[in-house]
Amino acid sequence: MIKDLVFFLTGWLPEGIQITVWVMIKIVAILVPLMICVAYFTFAERKLIGYMQLRVGPNRVGPKGWLQPIADAAKLLVKEIIIPSRSNKFLFLIAPILSLAPALAAWAVMPFSDKLVLADIDASLLYVLALTSMGVYGVIVAGWASNSKYAFLGAMRSAAQIIAYEIAMGFALVGVLMVAGSLNLREIVLGQSGLGIASWYMWPLFPLFMVYFISGVAETNRAPFDVAEGESEIVAGFHVEYSGMAFAVFFLAEYANMILIAALTVVMFLGGWLPPVEVAPFTWIPGVMWFGLKTSLVAFFFLWFRATFPRYRYDQIMRLGWKILIPVTLVWIFVVGIGKFYTPFAGFFS
Amino acid sequence: MTFVQFCFYIFSAILVFAAAMVVTIRNPVKSALFLVLAFFSAACIWITLEAEFLAIVLVLVYVGAVMVLFLFVVMMLDIDLAVLRAGFARYLPVGSVIALLLILEIALVMTTTFGPGEFTAPGAHPADYSNSKELGRLIYTVYVYPFEIAAIILLVAIIAAIALTMRRRPDSKYIDPSKQVKVNRDDRLRIVKMKSEGGKQV
Repeated sequence: MIKDLVFFLTGWLPEGIQITVWVMIKIVAILVPLMICVAYFTFAERKLIGYMQLRVGPNRVGPKGWLQPIADAAKLLVKEIIIPSRSNKFLFLIAPILSLAPALAAWAVMPFSDKLVLADIDASLLYVLALTSMGVYGVIVAGWASNSKYAFLGAMRSAAQIIAYEIAMGFALVGVLMVAGSLNLREIVLGQSGLGIASWYMWPLFPLFMVYFISGVAETNRAPFDVAEGESEIVAGFHVEYSGMAFAVFFLAEYANMILIAALTVVMFLGGWLPPVEVAPFTWIPGVMWFGLKTSLVAFFFLWFRATFPRYRYDQIMRLGWKILIPVTLVWIFVVGIGKFYTPFAGFFS
Repeated sequence: MTFVQFCFYIFSAILVFAAAMVVTIRNPVKSALFLVLAFFSAACIWITLEAEFLAIVLVLVYVGAVMVLFLFVVMMLDIDLAVLRAGFARYLPVGSVIALLLILEIALVMTTTFGPGEFTAPGAHPADYSNSKELGRLIYTVYVYPFEIAAIILLVAIIAAIALTMRRRPDSKYIDPSKQVKVNRDDRLRIVKMKSEGGKQV
């Protein structure tokens, strides 16, 4: 209906521009709720960690502190962006954009429900993996362009960490691909339908589910893997020289990435938009709601980790990535392959 | 001009520009970043050819992993540009001969066996055509031996690289993590119960 209206209003334009306008509207329809989620995710983080540490958290701006993220955004918008005089100005300013753009672009293929996908492409799993692997450039370029030792150390740590965990992440997704038999995220979710929670891929792929989520936490530079910005050692790591909106864009990218990893975990292992029990009262709730609920639950773990675990040492991060997570994924890929084709449990692995 | 053609010209312009900058720009880090841009534009052009699997893998492997490691190294180098540019005149004749040879070879291939007349443009595929599935089928049936041999060569290269760089460092303070995990309280801590000396009541 809205589509017809848009095409009617832009009827005087060439068809290519009409389609562009329509896609733009869809992009806005995804990004505006996402940005609101990111803003209130920061609020949720401060509140939740506050309660976990027996504090109240922000409670001054607006009723119960609910306007805090808006006040933060307004503050960051009007603050001065300080550019270090010996930095590389172009790269310094493009680095936050490089880190935010992949975090947003990956949402293009996210299946919010059976019908709600912006671009239902065939290789969407690979597309997501490729884009999340590009987020590291923001960190590296920021660290180098700042011309500061702390920032540079943060960038180096981040580069090494992301290379290590991306391999584990990729192998975990190979398992999903083997079980689902498709690279399309929508078909991966549809493959998990049938018995409700029992047919989600988290059961046959439980080790890969764990590896994927741990790598996701590492990939987003979150605690306990936040050595790239370890404030007790290297102040704020790669974004130590950033202020105002340039810093805010890094901040947005980190939180958008967290929500993205949570949503991808839901799509690939927790049944996407499917209800946990496929009977009457649960199936009345629209799929988007289930998707949002599950994503919030997984995103909550990011906050819980931050409040619970102390930061890993750098060598421990490398050991966990290379010597534990990658071997676990390699073994489980063989288990899935053999289980699917040479044992009577083929039904369990598909 | 269709939309796909428009995209093609935009991305090829960026690709040619980025590739030219890779070899002309002075700063090695910027040069590596331009190489990233070149890879990315090339991937976009492949997408217009409906080769989405190759395009995404190009981004995933070269942009997402290889170039990150490359930047990792390049950023830590302190390259003295004066030394690099010294002897430009001396190498110029050799360089130009090689460049000329390369241009000749490319021209030869392009004009004889690789022209647009030799290969027809791929036709449009149905909506459910899966490029990745098609590629996988070919790799594991028709080209299974070359594929497996390539895999083994890569495996040997990995093992060789690790074997060449692995060394024990006697000054390392590395502690075996399993030993760390196995430590329990009794090994390190002794609680001493002492009787109060019965001092002055406060």
